[in-house]
Amino acid sequence: MSTTTTGPMGYDEALEAYEPVLGLETHVELGTASKMFCGCSTTFGGEPNTQVCPVCLGLPGALPVANAAAIEYTIKIGLALNCSIAEWCRFARKNYFYPDMPKNFQISQYDEPLCFDGYLDVEIDGRTVRVEIERVHLEEDTGKSLHVGGSTGRIHGADYSLVDYNRAGIPLVEIVTKPIVGTDRLAPEVARAYVTELRELVRAIGASDVRMEEGSLRCDVNVSLMPRGSSEWGTRSETKNVNSLRSVERAVRSEISRQAGVLAAGGRVVQETRHFHEDTGETTSGRSKEEAQDYRYFPEPDLVPIAPDRAWVDRLRTELPEPPSVRRRRLQAEWGLSDLDMAAMHNAGAIELVEATIAAGAPAADARKWWMGELARRANEQAVELVELPVTPAQVARVAQLVASGSLNDKLARQVLEGVLAGEGEPDKVVEARGLAIVSDDGALGDVVDQVIADNPDVADKIRGGKVAAAGALVGAVMKATRGQADAGRARELILERLGVS
Amino acid sequence: MSSDLTRKSAAQLGELIASGETSAVEVAQAHLDRIAAVDPEIKAFLHVNADGALEQARAVDARRAAGEELGPLAGVPIAHKDVFTTRDQPTTCGSRILEGWRPPYDATVTARLRAAGLVILGKTNMDEFAMGSSTENSAYGVTHNPWDPSRVPGGSSGGSSAAVAAYMAPLSTGTDTGGSIRQPAAVTGIVGTKPTYGGSSRYGVVAFASSLDSPGPFGRTVLDTALLHEAFAGHDPMDATSIDAPVPPVVEAARRADVDGLRVGVVREFGGEGYQAGVEQRFRETVELLESLGAKVTEVSCPHFAYALPAYYLIAPSEVSSNLARFDAMRYGLRLGDDGTRSAEEVMSLTREAGFGAEVKRRIMLGTFALSSGYYDAYYGQAQKVRTLINRDFDAAFEQVDVLVSPTTPTTAFPIGERADDPMAMYLADLCTIPSDLSGNAAISVPCGLSPEDGLPVGFQIMAPPLADDRLYRVGAAVEAAFTDRWGGPLLDTAPELGGAR
Ligand SMILES: [Zn+2]
Repeated sequence: MSTTTTGPMGYDEALEAYEPVLGLETHVELGTASKMFCGCSTTFGGEPNTQVCPVCLGLPGALPVANAAAIEYTIKIGLALNCSIAEWCRFARKNYFYPDMPKNFQISQYDEPLCFDGYLDVEIDGRTVRVEIERVHLEEDTGKSLHVGGSTGRIHGADYSLVDYNRAGIPLVEIVTKPIVGTDRLAPEVARAYVTELRELVRAIGASDVRMEEGSLRCDVNVSLMPRGSSEWGTRSETKNVNSLRSVERAVRSEISRQAGVLAAGGRVVQETRHFHEDTGETTSGRSKEEAQDYRYFPEPDLVPIAPDRAWVDRLRTELPEPPSVRRRRLQAEWGLSDLDMAAMHNAGAIELVEATIAAGAPAADARKWWMGELARRANEQAVELVELPVTPAQVARVAQLVASGSLNDKLARQVLEGVLAGEGEPDKVVEARGLAIVSDDGALGDVVDQVIADNPDVADKIRGGKVAAAGALVGAVMKATRGQADAGRARELILERLGVS
Repeated sequence: MSSDLTRKSAAQLGELIASGETSAVEVAQAHLDRIAAVDPEIKAFLHVNADGALEQARAVDARRAAGEELGPLAGVPIAHKDVFTTRDQPTTCGSRILEGWRPPYDATVTARLRAAGLVILGKTNMDEFAMGSSTENSAYGVTHNPWDPSRVPGGSSGGSSAAVAAYMAPLSTGTDTGGSIRQPAAVTGIVGTKPTYGGSSRYGVVAFASSLDSPGPFGRTVLDTALLHEAFAGHDPMDATSIDAPVPPVVEAARRADVDGLRVGVVREFGGEGYQAGVEQRFRETVELLESLGAKVTEVSCPHFAYALPAYYLIAPSEVSSNLARFDAMRYGLRLGDDGTRSAEEVMSLTREAGFGAEVKRRIMLGTFALSSGYYDAYYGQAQKVRTLINRDFDAAFEQVDVLVSPTTPTTAFPIGERADDPMAMYLADLCTIPSDLSGNAAISVPCGLSPEDGLPVGFQIMAPPLADDRLYRVGAAVEAAFTDRWGGPLLDTAPELGGAR
């Protein structure tokens, strides 16, 4: 009996019957100026095959020389993850043929990783989950293939393929967790929280810009299920290259439902790699691991072993930045937020954005309000991460500033943000192009006020008679006449002034 | 006049050019003429760079005319093994798979030859990817031994040894992985050095076995060989395995040529069954000669040298299987069957099938097997342990003596075709040279006479600890001086004239 074609099981039902075991392998492209083994630039987005040389093209005779900065970053990441740092370790060759790999082997590490046996604590719903780290090692990235023609976008069935080697040889750190057990129904959230925390930690170290949308942080998600009451792990699937925090969570959830459906129908989960599809939120089968390749690892003879000096490692430890969780507690106190609010910001990936917005001149409350309100709503609508929205903290800070100075009210500010998100330019340009500035100039506003008083003699009389509260109706009329662009406070002042009750 | 210039040593030519007694162009032309006359018979060159060589020679003459001080080898011609990348000439490694490949970069050794003002006459024939001991594995035909054109010139650097022995160049380059410099030097009656591993750069040397490959010099005299050694050896930041230390004082040692008080160890294991009687006789005479010159000779046992050959034939092919994976018809070199109907895998497979010769395929398969999961420990792992034991034998020996000596190769040059179908017989040619490659120390072969039974040259091997390359030249030059005295001239003077000469 092999796999069955039954559909996925509902998530709650799946969790009643099975317990998930997770494993996460995260690849982080390091932000070094040059590649792992040559002097080529690592800048993202260059014209194809313009950032290459004999070494990263694997030309006959070319040799690798290890990038010291990449080794330093890797050790820092390892230290931040509470790992032990190897006293002596080597690079290894992982041999397999693929056109985007110039040498047809990848320089990686095998049984001697640079960092090992660490952990990372993540917080979910006020509960701390310790994710144990198996290893952190250093390797080189491959090139990027573009398969043209065919229906799948994969090499099989393509008419032809193009390869860009700009990315070949960019330093890549792989962080592998030990199996994560006991997360129960929180498994998807734990997976997401782990990657979020890891991303913040790597960013805080300055080792990478960790932009998932550019592929500088990629995640392989391993999931297996074991029946409740059993202690024997099931067969796992490996969902490759999941490239957003939201997708990490969805991929785990989807795999739990899918595997539960297979198992409940008496089928067996196949050990294989799977691909996650953003549009459907589901995974589909890739390469079967049961016909797994033999990578014929052996120590890389072109490179010398790495033997990090203990004093150097100790110095790197002292240079580590404030851990993200400690930093969050500090910011929470500074911003005066509840645990719940802070957790919500953390989960939304808003902390850095808010912090940067404050740094750009916005008051804390405003920065938080915009990111967690209007912008979070829009991100949610578009099913993207906050950081992926095409708006910068500086632009949000400018909008907040325009509101504070009275040039915009909240309603107009939302329209300005809409314009910025639509690519209409900087906030000031949007204000001008869309004619969104508040009408606060007394001349223009005075004319409207006079007109409104003339149109509403009854209300005006009441106010003259001392019923100042009735002014609200006239303010409303002014706002209506100006299609919301008036400064409501100034309109009220003018009305009361005109009617002699100020 | 022309033929006179080709009979001069590199040291003499350098002095004549520097003093203006002759021009670099005259010297280059004399050697090009010699190549035109005798290479149709010897077939040492895969590519003759006549125009380029004359241009380089003119540049040297211009520098001299401008009053520039020239180095000792400026204007001296050299034959360059086709394993080194050269911007201005094809680099094929004797393989069809690289037919016509023009590298976009110079090997470090190539660049240093140019910087020293050496005039590169062309690229020399070799066993495909340096795998072999006869040049019979070249895809472009066999090179003939100038002493007897029905015999092999040794290998893999057989084109380089034959070019120097036939006076087509006073100097040449080689690479030694299992004996590929010393064995061809021995069987053609010239001098060849395998420097300490890491003492000369591998950058731009198309890799055979990365942990073994050592680029080194050939010359007709010990001093010439030392001058070339000094010209291109030394630290290279482009090669991570390059040793960051000064080049040992090899030229000074060659001039000193004294062995008084030097402790010389005869390796007990290299002799007896499988050794040609005349080779053993000349070897014993040379040891006696050293004793007469004041050296203290003892016998030394290196019990693990017996396992060197099998260990080598696991380690080298393992590295080969990975190093040669890059020849996949994607980026450079041969591409067969790309007619729009075949997949990338099929094109790669067709190309490798037709592009690699039998010996290369044999070693790729051996290595692929030795690294396979389940066999790694028994083969590659075990071979590395043997390597460690051989290192210990050397360490122990070098505690007792300053240098070790042995015949360079068990027999004189064998007839073309004799061992071509018998890989094991071919492999035995490197029996005495392989231990130094496995341990990474330095070794030289110098001529020590003709074997009485066939009148062919015999080589005397001297081995020294890592970075003690200067000892090779001290001993080699002393042997050379004493024999030249005894014989009334250099050994090569007794070589038969080639058909096209004079
Ligand atoms: Zn590069």
